[in-house]
Amino acid sequence: MQRYLIFRVGQSIVALIGVSMLVFFLTRLSGNVLDLMLPIEATPEDFERVEKAWGLDKPMVVQYLIYAKNVLQGDWGESWKWGSGALDIVLEKFPATVQLAAFTLAISTALGLSIGMLVATKKDTPFDYGGKIIALLGQSLPSFWLGIVLMWVFAVLLGWLPTSGRGGITHMIMPAITLGWFNVAALMRLTRSAMLEVLDSEYVKLARIKGLPEWKVIWKHCLRNAAIAPLTYFGLVAGFLLTGSVVTETVFAWPGTGLLAVEAVQARDYQVVQAVVLFMASIFIASNLVVDILYAYLDPRIRYN
Amino acid sequence: MTTQISDKVVLEVKDLYTYFFNRWGTVKAVDGVSFSLRQGETLGIVGESGCGKTMTALSLMRLNPKPASRIIDGQILLDGEDILQRSEKDMREVRGRKISMILQDPQTSLNPVYTIGNQLVEALVHRGELQRDLKLEAEQSLRNVRVAAPRRRLEDFPHQMSGGMKQRVVGAIAMACDPMVIIADEPTTALDVTIQLQYLRLLKDIQAETGMSIIFITHDFGIVARMCDRVVVMYAGRVVEEGPVRGIFNNPSHPYTEALIGSVPKMEERVDRLYQIEGQPPALYDLPVGCRFADRCRYMQDRCLEEYPPYYQVGESQRAACWRLDETWQTNPTS
Repeated sequence: MQRYLIFRVGQSIVALIGVSMLVFFLTRLSGNVLDLMLPIEATPEDFERVEKAWGLDKPMVVQYLIYAKNVLQGDWGESWKWGSGALDIVLEKFPATVQLAAFTLAISTALGLSIGMLVATKKDTPFDYGGKIIALLGQSLPSFWLGIVLMWVFAVLLGWLPTSGRGGITHMIMPAITLGWFNVAALMRLTRSAMLEVLDSEYVKLARIKGLPEWKVIWKHCLRNAAIAPLTYFGLVAGFLLTGSVVTETVFAWPGTGLLAVEAVQARDYQVVQAVVLFMASIFIASNLVVDILYAYLDPRIRYN
Repeated sequence: MTTQISDKVVLEVKDLYTYFFNRWGTVKAVDGVSFSLRQGETLGIVGESGCGKTMTALSLMRLNPKPASRIIDGQILLDGEDILQRSEKDMREVRGRKISMILQDPQTSLNPVYTIGNQLVEALVHRGELQRDLKLEAEQSLRNVRVAAPRRRLEDFPHQMSGGMKQRVVGAIAMACDPMVIIADEPTTALDVTIQLQYLRLLKDIQAETGMSIIFITHDFGIVARMCDRVVVMYAGRVVEEGPVRGIFNNPSHPYTEALIGSVPKMEERVDRLYQIEGQPPALYDLPVGCRFADRCRYMQDRCLEEYPPYYQVGESQRAACWRLDETWQTNPTS
């Protein structure tokens, strides 16, 4: 287990370094920031002076090393557009995204798993057909459309929910449905097929032979074995949601990191783009790491190999 | 060690029917099976793949696949009580405690994510009494199936054990609550030959200690000769012959039994080609009216195709369903 952990953490660090390099060099492919920043009447001397002040005259590799050193020391650079620390800007927007992501994740995972288990144990009954309809809709309704339709029905026509912005739980319901329905559908289908496979296994038969009550057969013997595939998916979705959804945040004017990323790219604000992407990548890698550790917890065969 | 067989009947199966219903029609997996089992007795159920052996066994525990299949009719008298009358919830008091089962493949019959100890204790807990040292009992039940260093083994996961060891653990789980009847569904098919023999011996020893009855499902007549007191031969969902092992071997009265015994390779004979029964058993969703073995049978006559034969008594406790045993049967009627 220890070796497995050390190995996975090491892999994550390598991945992070790779991402930071990619981000650093790719942002610099988008064009010269000084063209945007300096006034039109600036002289070549002005360009040179600013280049020197910001270290843009040094070779790329040296620039990267300086950047990496600063990042490790907690200095993620200054935003050229907003004038404050890049990391501060990201962190300022992050709680909104986390709030929505956590809410969506909790609800969609609970629903997806439980509906998936239900339809697997009630295969070929009306429950199963109902589940299929939920899955079909969830996977075929695009989020920009669903978001607007929900808003029109529940906010404009019925007036039950606020249209947009960040606030209490009522503000989160529609964005959460928009973000989560697809996940409910996907998780449900994964859980269903994994459960069906496990339910058919010999160890479930043996559990029944022992005379265990059916709830124990399902929740103890089936769930843990069937959880691997849904967990993989959960890890990916957690990554996506925690890094912020551009479409849903835009539709509902939710002030999260998804929106920030778009604005920073449009402004060629290198430092903020780097900070956003590096931050998102860290979250993604962290969520994958957590999932991998959970795998090992769930399945001893992974733990001991 | 040999086990004393008493006259007490612990399990009596009467006209059991288990059918599958699917879009192609009705699959008659178990089609009117009757047999009985006495205390301390080992009964072999023999037949080729798909003849309904395993379905019969699962039906005895009411664990036939649901909702695909249903027990249509019959009685399963376990210790005098018809367990088909029990509710699904009450069946839990029967499973594991009065009747239990060892499955075919030890590689897949233990849950990979829980330790051996966990899975054993789960079976033991069911015995009801509170305030017990379950770990000690689990250890003892491993010792009963001759697992070395049982205390350490309790912490192991299934993937850390060999196939033979796993099958012992499955045995320990199945026998944790001292059931009256244990069904062993080809328990040695997945083991290699040397381990097979050890396992069979172990089952016999435990039987001698506890006096349990065993239903041994196999397609290997060699194992039948070694293990069983009586044999039930099944073909296409029905019992075609039943009797004591000696009677069946010395005087097989159904052509199918005869052919099965004939297909066991013999040590002392040199043959170029092993004997085999030509043809395929009929599809269980499209059964003929007459004898189901007819089109593979070398004695077949017109009557066999028209009507299913009744059981004929052969000797004291042997019976077979074949027209050849009828008084009116004439050898070579056409010639």
